Amino acid sequence: MTTDTAVSMRQVNKWFGTFHVLKDIDLDVRHGERVVVCGPSGSGKSTLVRCINQLETHEKGSIEISGHSIIPGRRGRKAANLIRTEVGMVFQQFNLFPHLTVIQNLTLGPMKALGLTQSEADARAMDYLERVHIPEQAEKKPAQLSGGQQQRVAIARALCMEPRIMLFDEPTSALDPEMIAEVLDVMIELAEEGTTMIVVTHEMGFARKAADTMVFMDEGRIVEQDKPDTFFSSPKTPRCRQFLQQILQH
Amino acid sequence: MQTARASRLSLALFTLLLSGCSNNNLKWYVVSPFTEQGQANLKFLIGGTKDTLLMSLLALVISIVVGLLIAIPGIARNRPLRSTNVIYVELVRAIPLLPLILWVYYGLPDIAGIQLDYFWAGVFALALSDSAFEAEIFRAGIQSIPRGQSEAARTVGLNYVQTMRYVVLPQAIRRILPALGNQFAYMVKMSALVSVIGLQELTRRANELIVTEYRALEIYTVLIVEYLIIILIIGQGVRWLERKMGSDEFNAGR
Ligand SMILES: Nc1ncnc2c1ncn2[C@@H]1O[C@H](COP(=O)(O)OP(=O)(O)OP(=O)(O)O)[C@@H](O)[C@H]1O
Ligand SMILES: [Mg+2]
Repeated sequence: MTTDTAVSMRQVNKWFGTFHVLKDIDLDVRHGERVVVCGPSGSGKSTLVRCINQLETHEKGSIEISGHSIIPGRRGRKAANLIRTEVGMVFQQFNLFPHLTVIQNLTLGPMKALGLTQSEADARAMDYLERVHIPEQAEKKPAQLSGGQQQRVAIARALCMEPRIMLFDEPTSALDPEMIAEVLDVMIELAEEGTTMIVVTHEMGFARKAADTMVFMDEGRIVEQDKPDTFFSSPKTPRCRQFLQQILQH
Repeated sequence: MQTARASRLSLALFTLLLSGCSNNNLKWYVVSPFTEQGQANLKFLIGGTKDTLLMSLLALVISIVVGLLIAIPGIARNRPLRSTNVIYVELVRAIPLLPLILWVYYGLPDIAGIQLDYFWAGVFALALSDSAFEAEIFRAGIQSIPRGQSEAARTVGLNYVQTMRYVVLPQAIRRILPALGNQFAYMVKMSALVSVIGLQELTRRANELIVTEYRALEIYTVLIVEYLIIILIIGQGVRWLERKMGSDEFNAGR
């Protein structure tokens, strides 16, 4: 295992009760690589990324984050510590803390989990707010921001932990169309800086611009995995072809 | 129309009660602030405020702490943990308060060799009885916070205790503040039952004064007004706290 590998999943299986949601997942992501995951609703995309940061636990197979393995079915303290420093996550519904101001949202993790002082955390937070182009919103409550601004705060909040891997689960699906671009722009900037990203999205424009690898999931399996060029021009399976036709029509 | 008529009617009834007194021969002077006797009696009656308030307040604080500790296993995934919560809540909620007060005061010395004084027996019984309700309020409050909140807290590295302390509970408490206020008002009223074991709180004092003055209606009226004032003040306090913590704005913003 080289340290170049950010995420390595081998024969990962997961069940919700009797429902087999992830089937024999093999996935390798290098540091600096951008992976876009797509697939029909219910195919297990969210579950896949949630297994990587252990919001869900898998039952079979192995997951390694930067060479450290997570033992199946156990939320070990070691795994939790690893995830805390290695993996950041952006949710579809933003999940900002509504009782805290924007800057407090950003400083909570660095102060409580990384042990930064208030002034260190504030400085870091302002840094990342500038990266997502909303430093002037620092003292507002999330409810006072637009959806696009809220999602950019959520991205900054994840970045404040300075993770080596960023996970995005449909970051633009809950946004009005006119706000999607501002969030995607921030994500493209991140990609250009070389951030390791695993992005669940149906924004194929973003995928074409930013992805190194496309992953197509169906019914709990990774059905196709390819470079964007080949993926879009010549999908191998009929299922994937059909899916691409559907979403590219819009 | 309807409300105007209703309020006129109740006003009429109220005046009848208080001033139609001539034939009932009410003797308000026993509690009048303008006679020497009345002043002494009022002073005696009001003297119970401290015990009533302090006892309710202590019981509230204890029952909130215990309620929170009982609520936490109630939201666990682990089934045995959850059942400890259910068992506690179901059992404690089923104990009637008055027998509990008597049992704590007269029973504990026999069974455990612990003789609490009136005051602490009252605090203990009130707190125990209320803790089951607080536990349910907290459980509902915590469960009303979307799962995404604790997931987000976890992804920024917070552990379970930090997630509760900085993310879930601050939001839950803003939501349950009105319910906690209700519970406090209820506690103040229920503390009257502690008079049976002899604590000279508001109700006990009223009863004692009636024994010497024989003016039940006048003295009980004062007693009710005393509770009324305390609870109105609590209500305003809770509203102030809600505004200060921004609960209304926070809840509306979701
Ligand atoms: N906690 C859960 N318990 C039971 N079943 C679940 C749970 N979470 C997800 N599922 C089921 O697992 C399947 C995969 O869910 P998942 O959220 O991973 O799909 P998805 O590909 O992200 O879909 P979408 O595009 O709708 O977000 C779905 O059928 C879903 O109903
Ligand atoms: Mg999903």
